[in-house]
Amino acid sequence: MKITKETVRGKQGYRLHILPTTKYKTVSVIAKFKAPLKREGITERALLPHVLHKATNNHPNVRLLQSALEDLYGTGFSSDGSKKGENHVLSFRMEVVNESYLNESEPILEKALNIFHDVLFNPKVEGNGFDEAIVKREIQTLEQKITSIKDDKMSYANLRLIDHMCEGEPYSLHVHGYLDDLKKITAKSLYQHYLEMIENDVLDVYVIGGIDESEIETLMDRTFTRAKSDNQGEHLESEPIHPAESKEIVEQEEVKQGKLHIGYRTHIKFGDEDYYALQIFNGLFGGFPSSKLFVNVREKHSLAYYAASRFESHKGLLLVFSGVDPKDYDQAKSIILEQMEAMKQGDFSDDQVTDAKEQVVNQLQETMDNANGLIEVLYHQMLSGSTIQSDELMENIRNVTKEDVVKVAEKIELDTIYFLTSQEGGEA
Amino acid sequence: MEALTYKQLNETVYSETMENGLKVFLLAKPEMAKTFGIFTTNYGSIDQTFTPIGKDEQVTVPEGIAHFLEHKLFEKEDRDVFQDFTKQGASANAFTSFTKTAYLFSATSQIEKNVETLLDFVQDPYFSKESVEKEKGIIAQEIRMYDDQPDWRSFFGTIQSLYHKHPVRVDIAGTVDSIEDITKDDLYTCYETFYHPSNMVLFVAGNIDPEKMMDQIRSNQNKKEFKEIPTIDRFYPEEPAEVANPDGSITMPVTTAKAMVGVKEDVSSLDGAELVRAELLSGMILDYYFSKSGEFYEQLYKEDLIDSSFQYETELDRQFGFTILGGDSRKPDELAARIKEMLHKLKENRISEEDFKRMKRKKIGQFMRALNSMEFIANQFTHYHMLGVDLFDVLPTIESLTTSDADQYVENWIKEESISVFQVKPQTHA
Repeated sequence: MKITKETVRGKQGYRLHILPTTKYKTVSVIAKFKAPLKREGITERALLPHVLHKATNNHPNVRLLQSALEDLYGTGFSSDGSKKGENHVLSFRMEVVNESYLNESEPILEKALNIFHDVLFNPKVEGNGFDEAIVKREIQTLEQKITSIKDDKMSYANLRLIDHMCEGEPYSLHVHGYLDDLKKITAKSLYQHYLEMIENDVLDVYVIGGIDESEIETLMDRTFTRAKSDNQGEHLESEPIHPAESKEIVEQEEVKQGKLHIGYRTHIKFGDEDYYALQIFNGLFGGFPSSKLFVNVREKHSLAYYAASRFESHKGLLLVFSGVDPKDYDQAKSIILEQMEAMKQGDFSDDQVTDAKEQVVNQLQETMDNANGLIEVLYHQMLSGSTIQSDELMENIRNVTKEDVVKVAEKIELDTIYFLTSQEGGEA
Repeated sequence: MEALTYKQLNETVYSETMENGLKVFLLAKPEMAKTFGIFTTNYGSIDQTFTPIGKDEQVTVPEGIAHFLEHKLFEKEDRDVFQDFTKQGASANAFTSFTKTAYLFSATSQIEKNVETLLDFVQDPYFSKESVEKEKGIIAQEIRMYDDQPDWRSFFGTIQSLYHKHPVRVDIAGTVDSIEDITKDDLYTCYETFYHPSNMVLFVAGNIDPEKMMDQIRSNQNKKEFKEIPTIDRFYPEEPAEVANPDGSITMPVTTAKAMVGVKEDVSSLDGAELVRAELLSGMILDYYFSKSGEFYEQLYKEDLIDSSFQYETELDRQFGFTILGGDSRKPDELAARIKEMLHKLKENRISEEDFKRMKRKKIGQFMRALNSMEFIANQFTHYHMLGVDLFDVLPTIESLTTSDADQYVENWIKEESISVFQVKPQTHA
């Protein structure tokens, strides 16, 4: 196994991260735009990638743009918006087949980088706005997407849990935006938001694959330029919130299976000293099939097919999710709450801690085998100001003790229990 | 141990057939931290009627049994195998499809031990009455979870509209009722018939030494006794060429309707290589018209008949095949009618040399991108091997395709009697 080393270079208006590795048959380029998470402009930021993907001044409609990408051996292009704590990050990803695996004399990567640059910095503009027809159509598409979140019950229950739990906090903002805002957006107003993003967001660009460091730097200097932006950007940290008492919320929809989602506050974030112990805590509590949630809710009581937990590293949350029969709500809930109590009581063995550490290290190593996974880890680290190397990261995980885990458990506070149930399920 | 080197891709696959018939493939990826192992039997949800080993008469087992068996194989008399993998720093999983059941792990340490655990737990079943009963509640919740997913319901609804009798129309997990009938004896019957090593493939990819690993697998297999078995007799009902229901629908509490158009594909005369070739051609033709660069996609999108959920796929396997196109729509009737019309028009149009070259490059690129994933290589290699095809030969196959292959394909493709429409309609409240 080889550790992929990262080189960071300051460029005009962005930081360039170069990661040469022989692990892949492709080269991935990922651009991340970061801004404070605010209600104002969130819908525009959700809409922007859809519009940018549709046309550039060089490829003025979607068929021309997509055909050009197809011609470059089906170069993949995608984007998404996400919340990192109280920050909003727009990611644009491109994946190009490494030329060395092709019988091809064309400079595929360079051509693809030109398109990548065009999509970000040279969109199709008419006067001082985007193409009207494109914006109008993409508004409809986003509207559709916002409305249909409800059709995916697991995502919907998660959304509702955060709505209730983080009410009034920036973190509760919906990453897909809001229908009310959507009505007011025009091709011109969206373009203004775009200019603001281009001007003010903090930009990081990652290039990973079988590449030569200096070659790729020269290539990037030639193809990828951003008008000057001095904004170093502040990374917003959320204020700690201690719930006075926990909430319990039951909502009804026409579902066959109830979705039981529980939110806790951990007060532990990426870069904190006890972040490593939190990872082990989660491994013991709900991260794996060996965890308390899976073993008790599923294996012992046959109440669910899935029962698991995950933590949000920039906001300091721990979220539990399970799908249970509406009639089993009380039983499933009390089993889950008991497991948390058991964690606080230190009701787990040193051997289990050792196993959990191996599982977490394994998971981390597997994540770092994947290009997107590795970049997510490095980006998180950079945002939290950590300069720690990956082998140190694993060392720190291996040093966690049972006492450390109990200390973490004691910090965790129950905030909100949310149950999405059937119409009949609520009439108990 | 044989070595097959694929120069353009810079990959070498080592293979060996064990004395008991088990086929083993190894792919060394020393630059990776991870190793991925998958142990697959050529047995899935469609294999419901067969002659059990050592018996003369065919039986039909309850729907959902292959999947049920997959769940139960992890449980032993004294322990749960998930926990064994956990102790060895691995994560394990399994899945059941129409034609396969597969058990897998990934790990970054203790690889030899984990391979041993994978082989041993799959080859040492323990089913008891109590544990079978206990599993019914868990699987019932898995089925309920899918019941609430409109995408899954529309996918299966379409297949059910296409097929009259073939078991591909049955949900892989069965139904809450059908799994009630499953007994421990049923599980043993299926296990003994379909889990013989000669019906299985092991693929390990990752940070391994192929020679050492092959030795280890060989000695593991040599320690075990398996009865010689004749070929497995499986039976499938006679399936007419025309669809079961040209126009089906269900009602669900969704915000947006869905319209899917299914095409029933006749695979009866195709061998494995032809199946793979047909799947590639169909994918390229659909890409040309229905991907974001395509003329038909553009029309549907501009007419506001589709949104970002629009999808299409062709799946061809032993015994069955289908193409499905569709997604969310505010005007589902119109979308279904337009897609049908477009499919019928395929014959009238021809793809130009230049455009076909672009589709080939796209397909090659998609394939190369997929090769970044060891999971893809292992799964797909196994799937192709069971069809008698070498995964890495896909590249030269794509290179060899021509516009006249595409013309010939569309010429025989779409027939009115092989098309079904299936809709998910939003519930309206009185």
